[in-house]
Amino acid sequence: MNITKNIHEWLFSLMPATTASIVEMVLIAVVYLGIFAVAGLYLVLLERKVAAWFQLRLGPNRVGYQGLLQTMADALKLVSKELTGTIKADKFLYNLAPYFVIITALMAISLFPFTQEFQAFDINIGIFFLIAISSIGVIGILLAGWSSNNKFALIGAMRSGVQTISYELSVGLSLLTMVLMTGSLQLSQIVEVQKHGWLIVQGHIPAVIAFMIYMIAGTAETNRAPFDLVEAESELGAGFHTEYSGMKFAYFFLAEFINMFIIASIATTVFFGAYLSPFGITENIPLLGVFWFLIKTLAIIFLMMWFRWTFPRLRIDQLLVLEWKYLLPLNLMNLIIMALMVLLGLTIQF
Amino acid sequence: MSYFSDIYNGVKTLLTGMSVTGKYFLHSRKGAITQQYPDNRATLQMFERFRGEVVMPHDENNEHRCTGCQKCELACPNGSIEIIWDRQIDPETGKKKKMIDQHIYHLGMCTMCSLCIEACPTDAIKWAQNFENSVYDRTYLTRVLNKPGSKLMPGVED
Amino acid sequence: MDTTVINNFKSEEYQINMGPQHPATHGVLRLLLTIDGEIIKRVEPDLGYIHRSIEKMCERDSYQQIVHLTDRMDYLSSHINNEAVCLTVENALQLEIPERVKVIRTIIAELTRIASHTLWWGVMGMDVGALTTYFYGFRDRELINDIFEETCGARLTMNYNIPGGLMFDIHPNFVKRTKEFIDHFKTKLPEYDLLLSNNIIFRKRMEGIGILSKDDAISFGASGPVGRASGYSCDVRKHHSYSAYDRVTFNEILKTEGDTYARYQVRILEMWESLSIIEQLIDNIPEGEFFTKTNTVIKLPEGEYYQKVETARGELGVYIVSTGTKNPYRMKFRSPGFSNLSLLNHIAVGGKIGDLVATMATLDLVIPDIDR
Repeated sequence: MNITKNIHEWLFSLMPATTASIVEMVLIAVVYLGIFAVAGLYLVLLERKVAAWFQLRLGPNRVGYQGLLQTMADALKLVSKELTGTIKADKFLYNLAPYFVIITALMAISLFPFTQEFQAFDINIGIFFLIAISSIGVIGILLAGWSSNNKFALIGAMRSGVQTISYELSVGLSLLTMVLMTGSLQLSQIVEVQKHGWLIVQGHIPAVIAFMIYMIAGTAETNRAPFDLVEAESELGAGFHTEYSGMKFAYFFLAEFINMFIIASIATTVFFGAYLSPFGITENIPLLGVFWFLIKTLAIIFLMMWFRWTFPRLRIDQLLVLEWKYLLPLNLMNLIIMALMVLLGLTIQF
Repeated sequence: MSYFSDIYNGVKTLLTGMSVTGKYFLHSRKGAITQQYPDNRATLQMFERFRGEVVMPHDENNEHRCTGCQKCELACPNGSIEIIWDRQIDPETGKKKKMIDQHIYHLGMCTMCSLCIEACPTDAIKWAQNFENSVYDRTYLTRVLNKPGSKLMPGVED
Repeated sequence: MDTTVINNFKSEEYQINMGPQHPATHGVLRLLLTIDGEIIKRVEPDLGYIHRSIEKMCERDSYQQIVHLTDRMDYLSSHINNEAVCLTVENALQLEIPERVKVIRTIIAELTRIASHTLWWGVMGMDVGALTTYFYGFRDRELINDIFEETCGARLTMNYNIPGGLMFDIHPNFVKRTKEFIDHFKTKLPEYDLLLSNNIIFRKRMEGIGILSKDDAISFGASGPVGRASGYSCDVRKHHSYSAYDRVTFNEILKTEGDTYARYQVRILEMWESLSIIEQLIDNIPEGEFFTKTNTVIKLPEGEYYQKVETARGELGVYIVSTGTKNPYRMKFRSPGFSNLSLLNHIAVGGKIGDLVATMATLDLVIPDIDR
């Protein structure tokens, strides 16, 4: 994009190369932070609206036009609230935990190709990096539950550990199934391959199965219902963040929604051709890629919200049974079928 | 093969559930059951038997129907009604007669059981359909039902 | 070999307070849980947080006044509670109650049962994590509440019964509205099954946990849907018929599994039965008086009186000792919630925390009913 190129040249003409690149990185980070704080807030609003429409309600409609400023007001309230905590909490870990969760959530965002050029960090181990970074967040949750010196929080944190360790496998394996077709972990390469048809079309049956497994495991990764055992408000009150208030709670809350965005973005990139338009209808306007990317991501996010507002929660042992007895064997089988398909050239390409 | 049929049946029930919520999602525009109170205050009409608070209707001559018989006070299970009465000389007949001075109603203690209204032989008190009963000070919840200077409607006692 | 492994990794039990402020206890019930990891070792219910000494207050009040206190016990079946007290007093006085009153009482009692069960269904879903059911349940309950409000003047604490009959006649719209509700609810009740009952996650959560055998159900004094799900035929409407239940045909729902899913199903099927009872009666409300005149001051003859009715939760017994004065000498309510709660330790031990919540939800506890 021209404007970024101009800024880039201007920065490098102004100062030595090292300083300039550092300044550039900081600028990009700030822009991303800003965009995703707002995106997170509006996802919260979307969630509340969608929930309301499922439940015969209207949802927030008082602050701003149709409640558009509702979450802004909520964020303001959370910022101004007193930070409370338990007396015997491990203060250092207690304060550290929210940052683990929010920072890992924000780090993952830099990888996504919103358009051909609009991608902050095109690393050649992209998918691997995403899976790695998304499992760091659970450390924050474990720390939060452990350090807040509350039994309910501890139970929630331990559940979170069990859950994330199990479902990491399925997320990884289902993405690996798709990687078999692309032959690359780099996200831009993955999109490049999809110019001959989205991967879910290219890989047909195994790809659809992989997508279903990915959606289930991804929902579990973000600790959302029906896998919200970590919070499980009817069992544990609020789970791991029972003792958090104010902005620290907001970090957890925001991270949950940004994580949802990340899971949906990975699905968009790997299964649905990221910024590519359907049948290449707007291929000559690259900027519309953002639009297509967001449309696909929001559709998947909507699917996750639909899950959340329909299904009951699983029990902890059923959660593990689902992963180890159903998802994992199916996933391995699927991986072999996909490998055979790629070997025999049975994929569909346009 | 029950392993795969279990998965198939399980997924089918999940999709059925999603179709139910999905149907409501599509009809969410007209299906919303939210009452947007207080926006709808103008159109919000309680049923005529709704028990809001006990009132004593007065006619245009500032006359009520309460004879001060205290049946409502006796019927009340929690002492919400207090009647302060007096024997005064009726100006028309010249006889001494029981007349109410104040009919005090403690809304804060009332459980809306309707026993007082059933007990009243002259229909002096009845339910109002008012439902916005909250006040800033609980002394406001103690109300004197008969208006100042009001008197008994003639002919009620007969 | 197994035991040595366990001994090497010695686990420690710990205690945790569930309630009195907890989303799953639906009120101010406190459960003292002894947990080993996620496994529940012991449940100790701690009662009394909402005790208002209703039984003692009854000794102070006249028989008309007692009725309105029972609204505040099991507030979800307030009409049936009222009916229980009124029936006891009427039986003691050997009053002849008009047929019209009996039929109206039965219709409203069944509407109350449906209202209670729809609320329970909504909350049941919420306890196992499906939040949407809450709103669907309340949507249907709202229509019943409107019927009550139009006829009785109140939505929850109705106080529509007086010893001798009803406080006032039914509203002219009552029959029409009830029929509308029946038509509406017949389309919505199958949705309950589609959304929750058949859901694979829900069934896996519910089946095979909190199992209560028939013998235990009898010895713990379980009643209502809890007892019937264990195969204990305990429907008071069937066995000790009162009001107009002897003139309608309905099935007593019996299940033999005794697990939480059976209790769930009993309640769902009971809603169908209640609908059929209402349908049989709604067109045949006899004309006539809506009350039998009693003395303003009711004095029961000296003696002891007992009457039981079937509330939405189970068997409610009313026991009055009278010494011939205008107040009862002693009043005792046998509330269904209390004996059903006593089961909790028996059936929840060995399950997970999630199981406890699901089991507790199917016991359908109303805390003011337990504490009184």
